Amino acid sequence: MPIILPAKGGKGAETVESIHPWLFEVRSRPLRPRLPYRSSLSLSLQLLLMEKGKGVMGSRKWAVDFTDNSSTPSTRDIPDPPGFTRASLDQDDSSLSRQKKDAESNWKSQKAWEVAQAPFKNLMMMGFMMWMAGSTVHLFSIGITFSALWQPLSALQGVGKVFEPYKDNKVDLLAPKLLYIALNLGGMLLGVWKLNTLGLLPTHASDWVSSLPPAHEVEFSGGGVALH
Amino acid sequence: MDPKVIPNTPKHASSSQIPPPPFSLFIPTNNLIAMAMAIKLPLILLFFSSSLIPTFSLFEDQVGLMDWHQRYIGKVKHAVFHTQKAGRKRVVVSTEENVIASLDLRRGEIFWRHVLGANDVVDKIDIALGKYVITLSSEGSILRAWNLPDGQMVWESFLSGSKSSKALLTVPANLKVDLDSPIIVYSGACIHAISSIDGEYLWKKDFASEGSVDVHQLILPGGSDVVHAVGVTDSSQFDTYEIHIKNGGLLKHTSASFPGGIYGEILPISGDRFVVLDASRSVLVLITIENGQIHLEQTHISDLIHGSSGNTVILPSKLSGIFSLRTDNGIVFIKVTDEGKLNVMEKVDKTVVISDALPLSEGEQAFALVQHGDGKIELSVRLVHDMSSNHLKETVKMDHERGFVHKIFINNYVRTDRSHGFRALIVMEDHSLLLLQQGEIVWTRDDGLASVIDVATSELPVEKIGVSVAKVEHSLFEWLKGHMLKLKGTLMLATPDEVAAIQKIRLQSSEKSRMTRDHNGFRRLLILLTRAGKLYALHTGDGRVVWSTLLQSLRTTSQQCAGIKLHQWQVPHHHALDNNPSVLVVGRCGLSLTSPSALSIVDAYTGKELQNMGPVQHSTVQVISLPFRDSSEQQLHLLIDADKRAHLYPTTPEAAHIFQRESENVYWYSVESEAGILRGYGVKKSHSSDTPSEYCFETRNLWSVVFPSESEKIIGTVTRKPNEVVHTQAKVIADEDVMYKYISKNMLFVATVSPKASGPIGSATPDESVLVVYLVDTVTGRILHRMTHLGSQGPVHAVLSENWVVYHYFNLRAHRYGMSIIEIYDQSRAENKDILKLIVGKHNLTTPVSSYSRPEVTTKSQSYFFTHSVKAISVTSTAKGITSKHLLIGTIGDQVLALDKRFVDPRRSLNPTQADKEEGLLPLTDALPIIPQSYVTHSFKVEGLRGIETVPAKLESTSLVFAYGVDLFHTRIAPSRTYDSLTEDFNYALLLLTILALVVAIFVTWVLSERKDLQDKWSWPQTQLWLQSSSEQRLLNICSTPVNMFVNQNR
Repeated sequence: MPIILPAKGGKGAETVESIHPWLFEVRSRPLRPRLPYRSSLSLSLQLLLMEKGKGVMGSRKWAVDFTDNSSTPSTRDIPDPPGFTRASLDQDDSSLSRQKKDAESNWKSQKAWEVAQAPFKNLMMMGFMMWMAGSTVHLFSIGITFSALWQPLSALQGVGKVFEPYKDNKVDLLAPKLLYIALNLGGMLLGVWKLNTLGLLPTHASDWVSSLPPAHEVEFSGGGVALH
Repeated sequence: MDPKVIPNTPKHASSSQIPPPPFSLFIPTNNLIAMAMAIKLPLILLFFSSSLIPTFSLFEDQVGLMDWHQRYIGKVKHAVFHTQKAGRKRVVVSTEENVIASLDLRRGEIFWRHVLGANDVVDKIDIALGKYVITLSSEGSILRAWNLPDGQMVWESFLSGSKSSKALLTVPANLKVDLDSPIIVYSGACIHAISSIDGEYLWKKDFASEGSVDVHQLILPGGSDVVHAVGVTDSSQFDTYEIHIKNGGLLKHTSASFPGGIYGEILPISGDRFVVLDASRSVLVLITIENGQIHLEQTHISDLIHGSSGNTVILPSKLSGIFSLRTDNGIVFIKVTDEGKLNVMEKVDKTVVISDALPLSEGEQAFALVQHGDGKIELSVRLVHDMSSNHLKETVKMDHERGFVHKIFINNYVRTDRSHGFRALIVMEDHSLLLLQQGEIVWTRDDGLASVIDVATSELPVEKIGVSVAKVEHSLFEWLKGHMLKLKGTLMLATPDEVAAIQKIRLQSSEKSRMTRDHNGFRRLLILLTRAGKLYALHTGDGRVVWSTLLQSLRTTSQQCAGIKLHQWQVPHHHALDNNPSVLVVGRCGLSLTSPSALSIVDAYTGKELQNMGPVQHSTVQVISLPFRDSSEQQLHLLIDADKRAHLYPTTPEAAHIFQRESENVYWYSVESEAGILRGYGVKKSHSSDTPSEYCFETRNLWSVVFPSESEKIIGTVTRKPNEVVHTQAKVIADEDVMYKYISKNMLFVATVSPKASGPIGSATPDESVLVVYLVDTVTGRILHRMTHLGSQGPVHAVLSENWVVYHYFNLRAHRYGMSIIEIYDQSRAENKDILKLIVGKHNLTTPVSSYSRPEVTTKSQSYFFTHSVKAISVTSTAKGITSKHLLIGTIGDQVLALDKRFVDPRRSLNPTQADKEEGLLPLTDALPIIPQSYVTHSFKVEGLRGIETVPAKLESTSLVFAYGVDLFHTRIAPSRTYDSLTEDFNYALLLLTILALVVAIFVTWVLSERKDLQDKWSWPQTQLWLQSSSEQRLLNICSTPVNMFVNQNR
């Protein structure tokens, strides 16, 4: 995000980038949530630049553009200040933090393993809750059973998302992912087993025939004692 | 009405058969149970199994919410007025339902009532000493005195006679014998004198020693202490006896022989004159007793009345000096002059009804005549000594549906101007009772409803769309008001007045008595066929009579026609929706089985006779409702006549076509109780040449089951209700095992006893009496199961439903009543247990079954003791057959007891296993428990209970119960509680208020949070955000001032 300050000598605007190149690295990381741009606090203060020459608003002499254009330098109208090259910045940055990145990928793979093992704790807790709930069908046991079925399912759906932060071409995420999936499947199995102990799984013949209507009779017979 | 307070038992999830067990809200309890399971498992299970038994119970204020009870007395036979005293004016009546009742003369309400029972027929009633009602019943063998004001029994005397005879009762008005006024009774061929004060025997005169005399009249001439008994010996000799009233000594006996024989009764004309018909019914014999001599004088009726035929009857109205004669042409009044001449005074129409003479003040006598006009009746009162003119003549408008007048009783009162006024109690053809006074109907009672023969039900019409807005607003307002009141009541804020108002709203809910179909199917029409041949439609909501119609088809012939059966004729569901539902009434004109029948189809909404098919040529001994319908949704019916021919109705080509298509599989059977034979028949497809019409089919005998007459006599049969719905063919037992029920509509339960034991209980020793029960397939005649109860006898009451039969009998060895159950299971399907095959549908469970495939069956049975003797047994029926069942037992005390079917489960065992307990099997007990809360009639009695009908409501949990006898009672019961609906007293207002409050709270908190959010957001960038990190502080140094400045400007 370039902050444009009015030139003192009336020569025009000069970006702050030239002053603090590191600032943009800092700024690229989300430090704080952006404010919603509402009409009352329209902080998308765009002070119109003189270069643009259009709609110069009377007494305004400067503008701050909060729109982040730093990632798309080609669209920028303003050339980089002298002595500052974007490429060198990146190179500079990567060369500076290579070691740091190695540490980070280590840290990431470690974290990924941690995340992969997290369902185990969940599993244990679920098992305890199920044991507490007993084997009769009531609100509590049904709630627990369904959450035991639902949690692994939703977790499996979001496998990619869970491991997103640790995605790195240097980190092998397959093994933690597999562990994660296996543990969640285990949780699901536990839920299914619970469902079975509650007697909610159709595993008996009675579950399949109890809704069958009586067979149709071919013959009809009526009558009885003579009416008096 | 004094409803007793019946405590509500705690609500628990009931049986395992109930589909969705209500979620228990006792989570902590359940947790505790789960944890304590290991420790105290058996104890807890025991507690659970005992608390699982659902009982009906209601609170005191719930009485009348969904039940109604109506009290009737039946067709009045005798009436005695009691109007002398200044107190309450009343009339004491005895009826053909053997009821003695005291009715309020002002409003017709029942002061008190006693139902004497079917075999205690009331012969005569009278009032003695002005305070006792005297009744003579059971062919004159029981004399009772009831206190007039409250109906308490004062005394009872059993009169023993040497042989049976007619019963006569005379209560002398002003006779005093030693400070006592005796009651003279002739019964059992004896004259008894009974003290009216305490029922003590004074004396007895036995006529058996005097030859076989049959006394017709007892006469007490005023002022003397002699009783005259006039009778006939061998119908050829007149006898008069004079008996002293103090000791019963025979004073004088005179007799005169009359070789022509006599017909009917001797009628007294005056103290010493009598008239009687001879055996040919063409000669009137006037008997005069003069100086101890009997003179007989014969007059040919044809001399008196020209052109009269043989059907002459002397009417029993006692008018002094006059008698009335009914011939084919009309009724003739004949005066007997002092010289013994007979003079014809007047001829009136045949339908005229004459009352007894009523003594007026100055030795005068009056009597009433009722004449039938078009839509009105003419009541005229005449004085006996002045027959020429009417003393009083009134015309009263009369409903056509009440038919002719059958009986009239009159009573007089003295007007303010000292003239006599008369009130008349009339009994109509439909058995209703009316009081006429001053040309007005003061009150009416629909007592025909005391003799219901058959019951059918009908849906109500669908509600018309388009209700006025004002009505909706009004009802909405009323609804809200009612619920606000209820809310107040719930929160204990209501004043006593408001509590009363709440109760009133609940009882008189307009919702339940509306004439439209409701969503739950609680509102229906009960269509009742009564003995009088009248059809009534009662609303199940409040029991009011919606319409009533005297069936013209049963009145057209001169013979006595009576309705015998009521069937659903047309129930429009899918097609023919413009048609109203209708019922078929089958009647019989005559007393024998071969009498011609009368058929009538009646619209169930309006009561109009749509089709009057009677009298038809054939007789009817069976009415079979076939499971086929034609395109207009008329049910096909087969009427079997005495010659075993089947007549098809409706008589349309379409019906004949349907029937011929299906006739191969139509069978019928007859139970010949006297001969001890069951016979099965098939219907021949084409009508042969000797059948009268193309809708008449010959049948052929296929099988017979002959019970040996020396050892077995059929005393009861029962089949499944044809409209019963069974939800499933499988019964899930412990460990998820399955048993397949043998569900067949063609199953007949037959009970036989040894002939010696067919009498009342105690007539046979235990060794002689054997009860045998059979389950018979009525298509093939195959006996599916046979069971013998040694030392048991009838009467047997049974109910057959699904695959079980429960029957009630007397166990002579144990001296107790017993109830047994037989459950029958299909063994040929038992192999269907492979789950994979079931999943892919490779099973034979839904293929149609034929009785000829002779499926193998097994049975399970068990017997229990039962405390009550039983009048009727029925079972609840629900729309889908899912809800568990209750037996409805009409007890000897005329109440209806609901007994959970699980109590009569053949699989109950003394030590149920764990799995049995989980299934909900109760431990075996020797007797069935009677839980006082499970009387569905709660504090009411359905006097003279004869039958219990159950009708499924649309709501699966609920069944409508209608019990009938002399009284009618209707309620609805939910055997597994109303698991599919909110309770009646659910507080919708509270729910609405809660929802409203929650919505308001949501809005308020949302607004508050928005405001807070906004404030936070305004303060955030200025104070916190920019100060957050030190790196940004540097930026702040650079640009905070202008930004702040700008923001301030922008504000």
